[in-house]
Amino acid sequence: MGRFGLLPLLVLPAVAVNLLTFLWPMLNLAGLSFREGMPGGGIGTDFTMATWRDLLADEFYLEILLRSVGVSLTITGFALLAGYPLAFFVHRSDARWRNLLVVACISPLLISAVVRTYGWLVILGDRGFAPSLLRGIGIDPPRLVFNMTGVIIGLVEILMPYMILSLLAGFGKLNQTLEEAAASLGAPPLTVFWRIVLPLTLPGILLGCLLTFVLTISSFITPKLLGGGRVLLLATEIYDNAIVTLNWPLAAALSLIALGVFGAAMVVYGRIARAAERAIA
Amino acid sequence: MIRSGPGRYLFLALVALLFLFLLGPVLLVFPISFSADSFIAWPPSGWSMKWYAAMLEQPTLGVALRNSLILGSIVTVLALAIALPAAVALSRGTFPGRDAIMAGLTAPLLLPTIVLGLALLIIFVGQGLIGSWPGLILAHLLITVPYALRVLVTTLGTLPASVEEAASSLGAPALQVFFRITLPLMTPGLIAAAAIVFLVSFDEVVITLFIVGPHLTTLPVALFRYVESRTDPLVAAVSVMMVLFTLTLVVVLERAVGLRRAIGGKAG
Repeated sequence: MGRFGLLPLLVLPAVAVNLLTFLWPMLNLAGLSFREGMPGGGIGTDFTMATWRDLLADEFYLEILLRSVGVSLTITGFALLAGYPLAFFVHRSDARWRNLLVVACISPLLISAVVRTYGWLVILGDRGFAPSLLRGIGIDPPRLVFNMTGVIIGLVEILMPYMILSLLAGFGKLNQTLEEAAASLGAPPLTVFWRIVLPLTLPGILLGCLLTFVLTISSFITPKLLGGGRVLLLATEIYDNAIVTLNWPLAAALSLIALGVFGAAMVVYGRIARAAERAIA
Repeated sequence: MIRSGPGRYLFLALVALLFLFLLGPVLLVFPISFSADSFIAWPPSGWSMKWYAAMLEQPTLGVALRNSLILGSIVTVLALAIALPAAVALSRGTFPGRDAIMAGLTAPLLLPTIVLGLALLIIFVGQGLIGSWPGLILAHLLITVPYALRVLVTTLGTLPASVEEAASSLGAPALQVFFRITLPLMTPGLIAAAAIVFLVSFDEVVITLFIVGPHLTTLPVALFRYVESRTDPLVAAVSVMMVLFTLTLVVVLERAVGLRRAIGGKAG
């Protein structure tokens, strides 16, 4: 026993919390998807593939899966389009202002998702800020809440700080002298962007997209409140089955599908990131 | 890229618009909280403080706020007490499986909270922990210990090990080195970890939604339920108080370590 002989024992309390609140519940959840949900919240005791069979045979759940992935990709795309100019501006601003701007970009992260979603109800609600603005300039406003539009607008804003953080982390390689060199050799601004800025910032873009996609898939509060129960996604289905219809085996199976989507996203990210690295190098 | 001519002004206008988009929802909650209407309408037909008065008379939200503050305080103390020894072991010790343990301990942050909430619900129902303080505390430790661990391991990693080595080479016992040298040097990191743990606990809603019972609820969950059933400016008044409270904590955090470093790794 050296001076640090007992040191490893110090991790035990943290490991105990992890086993008790994470590993055990997650393994139990996986096992539960191989039980059968009984009407009224009961759970069968025998091993069965029934839950998985019903789930995979039901087109309703395939639709939900495809919709969730589609919505998440859409939101990721918008968050990138909205986050990139902001991150670029912050990256290029004076050192004096940069810190303040970074705080402005990411401080929304510290405010409860419920509060920020409520803020969107204030803006998008039928008598809210945006419709009254549209009426003011003579446009008949479309319905902006309790549908997919509201969910997409709200989630793009709520997840944008993660995108900006990832982009900023990846902007480190961006070197203004490279752009200046290209421009002084006569390259038009768009060419400079496509050939120099975009490739150099690609790692940050990919990381931001992965993060935003994964967070959208697991978002629940915003789709629930801005979707008004009319936007059915993987996360809202998990909640409804767990709390409303009390079909825990089905909720467990849907959870594993959500984890599967997570895993798939990481594999796709890894492939693209490696291919991009090769293409740039 | 764009530094002259109309292009630059267009770019600046775009950036301004995007900033408004990003901060708009939080900013608009302030004027709406002074609305005299009994529903959300822009512009409000008049101004009043009545929703702030209504907030004080709302028993459910008041109790929920008290619960959230108590829960946040208990969880902050426990999470630090659990994460600090682990962080010391993981950053100062060399033993097999160290990296795997670190990965395992921070793994809960990688998974969707909705899945974690469901997994806990099922276990907690069997143990009679639903709607109980121990249940809520355990659920919040699940997601706060990883944050605390990450901040503290980073803090310990940036401390010069040479000071500790000097002290122990002069014959100071390991425990004395820790309490007299290491711990005081860690103060900024400890403050940051405490602030983050408290904020994460205070804002946590998805996992908590699965764990709360009819007689024990937290502020974010009570607000979620309120907004789910009706939208009036009362929530705006509560939101304003929450934003101001968070801002205060953020200023403390910024003073202690710098916000970006503190939440830079937050992912969910």
